[in-house]
Amino acid sequence: MAKKILSQKFYDEMSKLEPRYPTKVALLLPALHAAQDETGWLPPEVLEEVAEYIGIHPAQVREVASFYTMYNLKPVGKYHLKVCTNVACSLRGAEGLVAHCEKKLDIKCGETTKDRKFTLHEEECLGACGTAPAMMLNNDYHENLDVQALDRLLDSLAK
Amino acid sequence: MGANSVSSSEPETLYIQHFNEESRPLAFYLQKMGGYAAAKKAFAMTPDSIIEEVKKANLRGRGGAGFPTGMKWSFIPKQSPKPKYLVCNADESEPGTFKDRDIMRYTPHVLIEGMIIGAYAFGANNGYIYIRGEYVREAKLLNEAIDEAYKAGYLGKNILGSGFNFDLTVHRGAGAYICGEETGLLNSLEGKRGEPRVKPPFPAISGAFGGPTAVNNVETLAAVPHIINRGGEWFSKLGKIEKSGGTRLFCVSGHVKKPGLYEFNAGSVTLRELIYDHCHGILGDKKLKAVIPGGSSAPVLTADEIDVVLDIEPLMKIGSMLGSCGIMVVSEDTCVVQLLARITKFYAHESCGQCTPCREGCKWMEDVIERIEHGHGREQDLALLLDIADNINGKTLCALGDAAAGPVMSFVKKFRADFEAHIRGGKCPNA
Repeated sequence: MAKKILSQKFYDEMSKLEPRYPTKVALLLPALHAAQDETGWLPPEVLEEVAEYIGIHPAQVREVASFYTMYNLKPVGKYHLKVCTNVACSLRGAEGLVAHCEKKLDIKCGETTKDRKFTLHEEECLGACGTAPAMMLNNDYHENLDVQALDRLLDSLAK
Repeated sequence: MGANSVSSSEPETLYIQHFNEESRPLAFYLQKMGGYAAAKKAFAMTPDSIIEEVKKANLRGRGGAGFPTGMKWSFIPKQSPKPKYLVCNADESEPGTFKDRDIMRYTPHVLIEGMIIGAYAFGANNGYIYIRGEYVREAKLLNEAIDEAYKAGYLGKNILGSGFNFDLTVHRGAGAYICGEETGLLNSLEGKRGEPRVKPPFPAISGAFGGPTAVNNVETLAAVPHIINRGGEWFSKLGKIEKSGGTRLFCVSGHVKKPGLYEFNAGSVTLRELIYDHCHGILGDKKLKAVIPGGSSAPVLTADEIDVVLDIEPLMKIGSMLGSCGIMVVSEDTCVVQLLARITKFYAHESCGQCTPCREGCKWMEDVIERIEHGHGREQDLALLLDIADNINGKTLCALGDAAAGPVMSFVKKFRADFEAHIRGGKCPNA
């Protein structure tokens, strides 16, 4: 196998988790999260390295990774915007937020800006309906949004 | 009572009064909330008497199905060649639901203590909290609380000198609604695609890693320390309706003036009281058009149906469900066709694809509703929609099929005129 991409920190974290599960395959979701935290997305080489660590075929890793929306199988920008457009957020104006992002960043949902700074996605319910509309920026929630607040946020990131 | 109004004649709220940042540390839990006293008490009880107490409490699952918790635990075999597991369902993926997030971020130790007691009651030495992947911060806070509990001897080997061992691990999901379904969740925990399993065998017999497993919701497990501390009978009497004990957390969102979490004694409040008295009515004082009372899977209610008491049986009686108490309120100027299109798009996206009726049917319904919404609907489309929904309902391995069919059938039945207006007029009449 080629040179390792994932850091010692990744392997240390996994060794710590391993005794918590009766099977090694159960480490697959935590491993994919930890790998993505390091590399931003999950290119084939990283999926192969995870497969080798767990001791399963890379196809089995891809089969699982492709089931879950949070694993990025394509590169994403530095700032990954995930705007919830499910019912509660829609009722509170989420579509306006998506339209604003699309216009301001000049991309459509699912796309990344040319400078690789922003990726925009529509998201299903984030479980923040009481503070709708909500979105995630990388790992963080932003709630009770309106176009003005979103605009300020985007401006601060663009700097 | 809402977050700010605890009336003196009623017992204090079990959950909401502690929903703030200062409640989180172990020190606060021990000093101000009587933390881990219930675990100590439980270790002095026999496992069977704990299950009896929970049965007496009339605690019903808070994740949506409402199954009696004590009974669920009693199904776990006493002797098992394979290890037993307690799994907390913290996936909170039902649209409209956001209660478990606050329990986990503000009072994580209540959940941990509930899990210790539950695991002791049926003999599990391993527990997992399966939390939705998006709750990154909540997972981190839970891990910090678990570290505190290990250091203080509430988790790990020989807890409080009881001889009982319990290890607890946070397991993050990665963005899949279906992992809120308990067997999809178990597959996901095992490192697989979150596809629901064929039942039987039920998780109580063969669940996580093939061992007997109980899967309980966060709010359910967080009720357990209260039951042990104050007794099953006390908890049961908090409920103002037969068969439901305790209080319930209601998640109100959509077009109300004061959305958020509310806690009431089970069966003590109607939907009308919740919307108009506690949430201060509809935004802009508009008229109410519809309410989705139990997460987006629950059949919709019209404005004439809101005098229903918010509990499991009363809602079932009028053809809907309390589900996970995710109440989404919709005002008069909302296009219900567009709303149903959005709901159905969600189920089409989240169908795991195992069962043909759901995989094909959800997408087909989405296409038909979108065509109606955009003014290209045909006269026969409503009959077609109901036919597709009928062919999904009850014909799939898990409840996602029913969850997708229920909204379609109820919206078309209750708001037929809105759909017909779109078809006849070739556009949304409100547009």
